[in-house]
Formats: sequence, structure tokens, C-alpha cells
Amino acid sequence: MTSIHRVWKLGADIDTDVLAPGHAMKHGIDVLARHCLESVRPDFVAGVRTGDVIVAGPNFGIGSSREQAAAVLVRLGVAAVIAPSFSGLYFRNAFNLGLLLLTCPEAETIGEGERITLNEQTPSVTTAQGRVLACDPIPPFLLDMVRAGGLMNQLRARFGKEPLHG
Amino acid sequence: MSLPLSPPSTLAQKLVARASGRDRVTPGEIVNCRVDLAMFHDSSGPRRLKPMLEELGAQIWDKRRVVLVMDHYLPERDDESRRIVRIARDWAREQDLPHVYDGQGICHVVVPQHGHIRPGMFCVGGDSHSPTGGAFGAYMFGIGSTEMLGVVVTGEIWLRVPHTLQMHWSGQLAAGVTAKDVMLHMIGRFGMNGGQYQAVEFAGPAVQALGMQERMTLSNMSAELGAQAGLIAPDNTTRDWLRAAGVPDADLQGLDAWHTDEGADLTRHTFDAATLTPQVAAPHSPANAAPVAQHAGQGIDVAYIGACTGAKLDDLRAAASVLRGQRVAAGVRLMVAPASQRDQAAAQAEGVLQVLQDAGAELFPTTCGACAGYGDTVGDATNVISSTARNFKGRMGSPTAQVYLASPYTVAASALRGCITDPREVLA
Repeated sequence: MTSIHRVWKLGADIDTDVLAPGHAMKHGIDVLARHCLESVRPDFVAGVRTGDVIVAGPNFGIGSSREQAAAVLVRLGVAAVIAPSFSGLYFRNAFNLGLLLLTCPEAETIGEGERITLNEQTPSVTTAQGRVLACDPIPPFLLDMVRAGGLMNQLRARFGKEPLHG
Repeated sequence: MSLPLSPPSTLAQKLVARASGRDRVTPGEIVNCRVDLAMFHDSSGPRRLKPMLEELGAQIWDKRRVVLVMDHYLPERDDESRRIVRIARDWAREQDLPHVYDGQGICHVVVPQHGHIRPGMFCVGGDSHSPTGGAFGAYMFGIGSTEMLGVVVTGEIWLRVPHTLQMHWSGQLAAGVTAKDVMLHMIGRFGMNGGQYQAVEFAGPAVQALGMQERMTLSNMSAELGAQAGLIAPDNTTRDWLRAAGVPDADLQGLDAWHTDEGADLTRHTFDAATLTPQVAAPHSPANAAPVAQHAGQGIDVAYIGACTGAKLDDLRAAASVLRGQRVAAGVRLMVAPASQRDQAAAQAEGVLQVLQDAGAELFPTTCGACAGYGDTVGDATNVISSTARNFKGRMGSPTAQVYLASPYTVAASALRGCITDPREVLA
């Protein structure tokens, strides 16, 4: 499956506390999402559109186990995060919430606002100029989890409940 | 002729092999593990788990293996925090949970203090500092609430078997140099993802010489090193501590088996403890760590001694040894939030708390407090030196606050002088 996405470019070491600030953690996801990245990219929440992707530097998602740091991006419609490396804890949380992460050593060669194509099966990223950037393989069970819309949907199916979609 | 021996294994491999019901596991393979203990708190736990469990119509797999700690939103300050803590209390009662600690202190300190974490166990926690359990020779790591839901309904979790990075510390730490300095030095050297989500193991004479609370600080901040787990092989220090925590001797049998075998496949980094100086991490990352001399003289407004990794009894004692008979500098606010009720009571009994208060410290509740900006927060454009684990931008409440991380000795010495100070100058 391939799809075209607009890029928001962020730097290295984007931590969980700038994605989901502590002062807003007591609120529900809708309110918390409004504070996403406010201290490093104040124009993000107002400008992000469904299907956009984040391209970041190394160590994306370092810090807390708060999965809201991934949930806010899902809430804002972000389709994927592409970075040379992720926090291991964030990596688990993102897939559990249905957010695709692509570990791409050359992520930083992608530009702000660029239109890129994602191929999650390979997995790889194709830039606007047609360069194909390889990404690290993703274990099939994690890809299944993202396609199901996260672990909760998989558990819903297991416990005989209708999975949520959309 | 002798029988062929099984190939040498790391402590991490042994712990994961046991939990996955295998004789042996190989780094890189993905296995399913049975969970011995799942810990969560008021923020990551009931408020998120309760509605999801109800929606699934599912039950907790084994209530005896669940520990709930209320530590993040206490004391309640507003309607939202009251609502979150109320959900946790009501749910604990509804579910009749046998292990609940409400207002007893921070989960990473309270849970081991009550003997819940034992050598050989496989544990998960709903908080990133859950590797603290590694100080007791348990494989323990942090997970998010949705993944915790998976554990709570199945009792299992997947894991990629980690490679081991062994941090071998020879020699002895000098007076005024602590586990916090050891950790800040390693994070400065390897970065916040230096652990590559593998198992870090702390070893060598300098680590063996540490008491359990200092070992807990090492394992705790494995999270800042980007490791999944931060392990220390259990020994007599572990045994004595757990015995005092009420763990029966029968549960401490075979403790010596939990160690890395000679010749096991690992990456070893060596350090000399004797040459380590007090460290300070500049804003806004623990990876900005450098010897204290690099920041000496930097003025501070707030000195904070708190959090799971900086306000245990040993930390309070360290601060008191600097501040005994003295007063903090004019204009400096010294905030002290002991990590647990037990640590606070012990500090009270031995006069440590009085020393801190006589020096001008304000005493705060035994909760996560200002560390995560959930409760008490620091103001705008404030320079803070803190014994906590993290100094991300906005972490303590204000994005304009400048937070420096250091050991409780260094925090106390800096409070005394009003600027970042090498504690060895004050202790001498």
C-alpha cells in the first residue's frame, strides 16, 4: 500500500514532554492534543492536516512512558513518524496505538513541506524527487497491529467486540 | 570427559528465558513472556485501564500480581486531579485489589520497599522509570497504558531479547560522588539513546559497594540512557535489604544464580570510579552532563530535592551532610519532597529532616511533585538545580525554566552558595 503525505520537519531528541506536556496531562486527549509540540513548534497544531507525516532527527520520543505522546499525533491525524531512531518505549506505544513509525537512516535528507510516498510493506519512503529511502524492517505482528488500528482493536476482536475503524 | 556445558548467558538472557519458559534465548529473537508483577499509578493506571477493561468485558488476569500506587496527582489540587485520584480509589475498592499504596510515596520507591520486587522476576510498570526494579535482579521495564491493558487481560507481553551493554565500574567513588553522578556521566557519554533499548548491566567493585538505594538510582535512570532494563546482579546487599523489607528467606533461595556468566556475549564499557567528579546536566537534556566545574558559579533560584531518583533516605542524608548547621543563601528556595513516607519517617527519626528544615528547606508531600510538572511547579525564567531524573524543556511546569540536574550533594551545596557549587568544596 502506498500513499502520498505532506512533511512536517522536526529536529533531534523530540521528547515525550514536548509532545504531551505534563501541565496538560490531566485533561482528555482532545485538550492535550492542542498542546502538542507547543514549546518547539507552535504552528503545528493549527496547521497539521489528516494524512500529514512528521520527519524528525534521531531519538524521537525519548522520555516518559506516557502513551499520550503517541496518542496526540493519532488524534491530530498524523499518518506516520519517520526518523533515524526512536525511543524503544515510544516505539512500542506508537504501534500499540496504531501510529506507524518508520526507522529511516536517511530521514533527515527529506525537506519541510515535501510530498513523500510511504510504502509500509517494503518498508521505504520515496521523496518528491523520486529517491527511494530504505527503512528498517518491521516485525509482521507490529504491522498487523498498526493496520488493525492498534492493540485495543486487536483485543476488541479477541474479546468478540467490534473493532473501531476510522 | 565432561559433558558439554550450556553456553554462557547474560543476566538479562537468564531472566527473559525464565519468563518465556525457555532454556535459553538469543538476543534479537522475539519471545512472549509471562509477567510476575505489573505496577501502575494513578496517572497511567485506573483512569485509562478501567474504561478499556469495561469495554472489553474483561477481568484482571491475577489481582495478586498487580500493584497500584497513587503518587502523581497527590495531593489533589483541582477538579481534574481530584477526578483522576477518585477513579483510582474507587476502582481499587471495586476490584478489591490486595496491593494498593495511597499517599505512601513514589511507586519506584514504595513498591520495592514493600518487598514486591525480587531477584529473578519479570515485571512491567506503567511508568518509564520502571527499570528501577533491575536493582533487585528483576527484569523490569516501562510500558504505556494500552500495552498495560494487554498485560492486565493476558498476563503476557512480547519482548525482543536484548543484547547486554555492561557498564563496569572499577575502584571506589570518592566522598561526595554518588550514583547520580555515575549515571549523569554515562548519559553524557552515550546519549539519551545510548542504551539502544537493550539491557544495561551495572557491574564491578564500585557498583557492588553501593547500597540498595544508590543501586536503585542507577537502574532508575537507565531510562534516561535509553535502555529497556537496567540490571544489577543480586548479592548479599540485596538479600539483606529484602529480608529487612519482610521478604521470607524461602523467596531468596537461589538468588546467586541471577548473574552474568563469565564469557557471555556482551558489550563491555569500563570506567574508573575513583576519577569521577560530581556531574551537572545543563538544560534541557540529561545528556548535557559535564563535570560540575563547567557550570560552577551559575546562579540558581530554586534547589529541588525530590523524585524517585533523588529524594530517598540516602539522598536526604547526603543533602543534610552538606547543610548541617548552615542556611541556604538568601533568595534561594530549597524544596524537599521525600520519595516515600518510610524514607521521610526515617529521616525524621535520625534528625536529617530537622537539619534540612533548619537550613531553610520547605517540606513537600512524598509524591512525584514538581519532577513531572503534575503538582507543584516552578515558575517562569527560574534557574533550578534538581536531584530529579529529567530536565526536558517544560518538564517542571514552565518552558522558560532552566533546569540543571545533579546529585543531592551538589544540589545542597548549590543551595548553600546560591550558585552551582562543587560539593567537595563544602564537605572538605
